[in-house]
Amino acid sequence: MKKFVFLEHTADIKFRAFGKNLNEVFENSALAFTSVLHDGKIKKDVNKKFLIKGNDLEALMFRFLEEILFLFETEGFLISNIKVKLSDDKKNLKVEAFGEEKLAGRARHYIKAVTYNDMFIKKSAGRWTAQVVIDV
Amino acid sequence: MFKMGIKEKLVKIDENIYEIPKDGKMLIPARIFISPKMLESLEDNAIQQVVNVAMLPGLEKHSIGMPDIHSGYGFSIGGVAASDGKKGIISPGGIGFDINCGVRLLRTNLKKEDILKRQKEVVEALYRKIPSGVGRGSKFNMSKDELKKIMGGGAKHLVEKGYGKKEDYLHTEEEGCLEGADPSMVSDRALKRGIGQLGTLGAGNHFVEVQFVDEIFDNEIAKAFGLKKGQVVIMIHCGSRGLGHQVASDYIKEMEDEYGIQDLPDRELINAPIKSKLGQNYLKAMAAAANFAFANRQLITHWVREEMRYLFPKSEVDVVYDVCHNIAKFEKYNVNGKEKEFLVMRKGATRSLGKGRKEIPASYRKIGQPILIPGSMGTSSYVLVGMKKAEDLTFGSTAHGAGRLMSRHAAIKTKTGEQVKIDLAKKGIEVKSGSLKGLAEEMPEAYKDVDEVVRVSHELGIGNLVAKTRPLVVVKG
Repeated sequence: MKKFVFLEHTADIKFRAFGKNLNEVFENSALAFTSVLHDGKIKKDVNKKFLIKGNDLEALMFRFLEEILFLFETEGFLISNIKVKLSDDKKNLKVEAFGEEKLAGRARHYIKAVTYNDMFIKKSAGRWTAQVVIDV
Repeated sequence: MFKMGIKEKLVKIDENIYEIPKDGKMLIPARIFISPKMLESLEDNAIQQVVNVAMLPGLEKHSIGMPDIHSGYGFSIGGVAASDGKKGIISPGGIGFDINCGVRLLRTNLKKEDILKRQKEVVEALYRKIPSGVGRGSKFNMSKDELKKIMGGGAKHLVEKGYGKKEDYLHTEEEGCLEGADPSMVSDRALKRGIGQLGTLGAGNHFVEVQFVDEIFDNEIAKAFGLKKGQVVIMIHCGSRGLGHQVASDYIKEMEDEYGIQDLPDRELINAPIKSKLGQNYLKAMAAAANFAFANRQLITHWVREEMRYLFPKSEVDVVYDVCHNIAKFEKYNVNGKEKEFLVMRKGATRSLGKGRKEIPASYRKIGQPILIPGSMGTSSYVLVGMKKAEDLTFGSTAHGAGRLMSRHAAIKTKTGEQVKIDLAKKGIEVKSGSLKGLAEEMPEAYKDVDEVVRVSHELGIGNLVAKTRPLVVVKG
């Protein structure tokens, strides 16, 4: 199974990430997002833990990717590998990310913000798909 | 059942004016000011977005689309909505992520020929001086305390510190400092993103261009703006960088936690009553981010001036004007014979005020507000003048630029960045960008026709043609 694909979008960048469960779809969304910022190799020498809260899956996705953008813009941190654990009530996301810092100068795209535009997270034919548009 | 396409619901009101009458959940009609030709290629989604905005409470008259409208998030880009100044709402989506993204135009005493002789030198010098692209941080170091002062005082604060002259901010919307800013309403996360970014362009469609005045449409007004044929002018297009983006994200989150999203046609139309605590806090934070953007364009102006002085020791660089095209402002308009204060949200739209309004700098008040409309890379940009008629039709607003036509991905497939550079060189334009791919993405063919956009504005009388400029040197993110 492919982890993610990019789709056509007039002004911005749109991706779909896949997973056999919700945790995996969040993890693969993080990797898709990271690939927009950077397409080179990323080492695994730093790890970061953070907690995301939101009232629904879309809010969690928006805030989760926004945190990744924040870490990149302030510390140049990029993810090489990530573990996500969604709480049973689906309102919390526990994240542990492994990656490399100080990569800000080597970015591919400047991302302004994550958006809710055309966003969905749904299950069909046994797999989860998340769609996200990012403002670049 | 046969479902009517949204375009078929548009009723022609007048030349270049189309309306979707109030229907279903709409509280007011939706109006799009566009040429028939551009309407043909307009995405349904952009029209739907103007209709969605018409469903928000507290808005008056029309939800509006500008001549350069295209699909955005929540609001369309080229979207205008006016809320009752007291009882209305404020939506971060009506301003956009890049708060106070805008355009500043500088005039010089140089002639086209002066630049032509030294084009390469000029492009290299400006590219070195003004950080652009991803991850190129600012050379302007500041403390958190100083950052807060900048958010409080905008361009004016920087000028007082020696980065420019008084006329710079006097010739800026709101005199370079939007009232009501409260930096304590800006999160620590936003400060962290902004602190290293003052005086940087960012990427995407932001730029510094050295242009020349190619054509004058109105001699008298051009003269009043200090513009004449063959003269070199410099255009700066950028905004509030990560700081503004973070303010937008932060308040979208806070508003959805406070109000929920169940009643919204689109969750990016999340909003708060103006008089609510959260509405007030967002307005204070938005003004702080707007001031950061004014200061950003001021610092870039200062650096451009220094660099031009170095290259051309006798050069004089003055600000013609500086417009915001992603902003909300309290302004008075006459609706149904009564004057009232509105909060006008402009997302990808430029203010257009006719002569006499007190918001216009004293030196232009008898003429009208200058409007700056950048074209896509390598094409013409325009200077227009604000018109009274815009106050009646569009809450004092007109277009803001060309608007994308082709996806970035499709653009890259059409041409390489190297080819774009060669094509521009053939047209006599020197371009320098941190990213060749970025150049391909921003190729002129990927954008709508700015000539058509300004023609419609002029025909409607919501912003009239004054001058056309063409680029000689382009610095891109």
